[in-house]
Amino acid sequence: MLLGFTSIVYFRYMQIVQQIIFVIVLAVAVYFFYRNVSKIRRNILLGRDEDRTDNKPERWKTMLKVAFGQSKMAARPIPAILHGFVYVGFILINIEVLEIIIDGIFGTHRVFAPLGKLYNVAISFFEILAVLVLIGCVLFLTRRFINRIPRFHNPEMKGWPTKDATIILITEIVLMAAILKMNATDQILQARGAEHYAQAGSFPVSQYLVPFFDSFSTSTLIVFERVFWWFHIIGILLFLNFLPYSKHFHIILAFPNTYYSDLKPKGQLGNIGSITNEVKMMMGMPDADPNAEPPVSFGAKDITDLTWKNIMDSYTCTECGRCTSECPANQTGKLLSPRKIMMDTRDRAEELGKRLDAGEDLNDGKNLLDYISKEELWACTSCNACTEACPVNINPLDIIVQMRQYLVMEKAEAPNELNMMFTNVENNGAPWQFPASDRDKWITEL
Amino acid sequence: MSENIHVPTVAELNNKGETPEVLFWVGCAGSFDERAQKITKAMAKILAHIGVKFAILGKEETCTGDPAKRAGNEFLFQMQAMNNIAIMNGYGITKIITTCPHCFNTIKNEYPELGGNYDVIHHTTYIQELIDQGKLTFGKGDYKGKKITYHDSCYLGRANGIYDAPRRILEKLDAELVELKRCKAKGLCCGAGGAQIFKEAENGSKEINVERAEEALETKASVFAANCPFCMTMLRDGVKHFNKEDEVEVLDLAELVANANDL
Repeated sequence: MLLGFTSIVYFRYMQIVQQIIFVIVLAVAVYFFYRNVSKIRRNILLGRDEDRTDNKPERWKTMLKVAFGQSKMAARPIPAILHGFVYVGFILINIEVLEIIIDGIFGTHRVFAPLGKLYNVAISFFEILAVLVLIGCVLFLTRRFINRIPRFHNPEMKGWPTKDATIILITEIVLMAAILKMNATDQILQARGAEHYAQAGSFPVSQYLVPFFDSFSTSTLIVFERVFWWFHIIGILLFLNFLPYSKHFHIILAFPNTYYSDLKPKGQLGNIGSITNEVKMMMGMPDADPNAEPPVSFGAKDITDLTWKNIMDSYTCTECGRCTSECPANQTGKLLSPRKIMMDTRDRAEELGKRLDAGEDLNDGKNLLDYISKEELWACTSCNACTEACPVNINPLDIIVQMRQYLVMEKAEAPNELNMMFTNVENNGAPWQFPASDRDKWITEL
Repeated sequence: MSENIHVPTVAELNNKGETPEVLFWVGCAGSFDERAQKITKAMAKILAHIGVKFAILGKEETCTGDPAKRAGNEFLFQMQAMNNIAIMNGYGITKIITTCPHCFNTIKNEYPELGGNYDVIHHTTYIQELIDQGKLTFGKGDYKGKKITYHDSCYLGRANGIYDAPRRILEKLDAELVELKRCKAKGLCCGAGGAQIFKEAENGSKEINVERAEEALETKASVFAANCPFCMTMLRDGVKHFNKEDEVEVLDLAELVANANDL
């Protein structure tokens, strides 16, 4: 054909250069991702230990149902459907990313093509998914910025959180568009019998983009196809590395976070074990252990007093705001926003993590109470609307209670009326100031 | 009926060498709050009516520690818990019925780890079981076709997943249940939990109980059914806020059942 010996050599040369560049880009991307995920893991483990490894079958079941099956999203059907598009698209289009990575490393083109019919079905399915993801993301942007759904515009969403959301949605739109354009140019090259572009795939969506590219020469189209291909994979690798800096990290942590869900009834607050022994000693109970270490501190002043699961919760939060929109305190204008509790916890963990990165210790003279005010903490009714609403089983209430414990047992900073309630319980056995002797007075009135 | 029901204390039975089949855990609200006492009395009448051998702890009962725990005072909670557990275990209590979902939640979920293991039943579940067993029937039909709305308390609903039992009681009363916009797992709190009822609410645009009462009033129901003495207080205050106390009655399910049986 027209390609002479030199151009074949040139082509092979270009091919090898591309492969080398690809392997380097991939290695750098994976390295940075690994490094940043390790940092998040380290930050999560700044929390105190808590055993969440019991009852494995129930844990797997919860993860499959809540994270994989998205069961809790169903409470709000419209976002559930749109999110379903993006979620299914994300999981399945990753199969195509796998092909792209293999092609990139080995210099092949559409390495899965020998699957024949199955490959065609898969590619057409991915194209339809790509369009659905695109539609999902456009509608998400519409809901956020045109319909202005209130939960996306609470005070804690100002600045980076909103920018973060916008970056995620626009990137996904751009990436999906790149797949379709890549396929459009590829199918023209296939039809023209260009070398290296074997007949493969079927393109129910991108076929409509063909007229935009059809007039270009084969060599220009090869450049286009390569640009879209590289743009797509580099975009994906950049997006991968954006995850650890973003609320979008939920796509990874949703799975472990639901696996390690609190399996107790929502109403059950854990009892502090070290206090149990103290109380037993005070009451002179025979099973008290006089040699047990007395508790060092009570409740949570900072993230290091919280459990690792509380911190994992905070990194899992994608700031959807379902918790806040269901919170009775927030709905009636109080300062408390369960989402902000999670965001503050994560921001504080990040702050301490950065100190560790810089080789400093954890004592920066600040704590979580610099982020979360007492007014927020005391507004909670412990109603569990937030934990019920969270699609990935995050528990803001657990953090609120631990911080209250710190305020009450370490700082004696409960609101006055609550101190009175404590005194009444202690003295009269009831939260009000009634004489204990009147407790059964009602039986005389039957 | 209802002449001279005698409610024995566990100590009284113990002196006779007996233990009750069920302990009726009254709770602080049910013991001291004037309105909640009516719920307590209704429940006592139901228990007497079906002839189960029950007793109360009387002056030996003290706060479960729930409000202290939710307000962050774990010490006080555990002291209360262990005192109560020592007393109940001393009497060999095995089964507890309570009209307060906070007491229910705490004794059922938080006492076992501290040595208190009992079969704890909220009164709505107990009543529903009595109906299922044919021990409680409603002949009169006081509430037949009456529009009733039902408020899920957080500690019975989300906290413990009990949504059906109270609704089945209303069904048996032949009432027309009108669900609130926010109900069951999405039910809106009355504003009392987490020790809120013992303090002024934080600054905001509205009281939570007013928001909830407003929603209940929208249903045009003439009875708001509750299952919790604290919700009772909050909902009644909310209804008063709208000056609707002459049109709307807030009643506990125990009261509805007792009324329907002329107890």
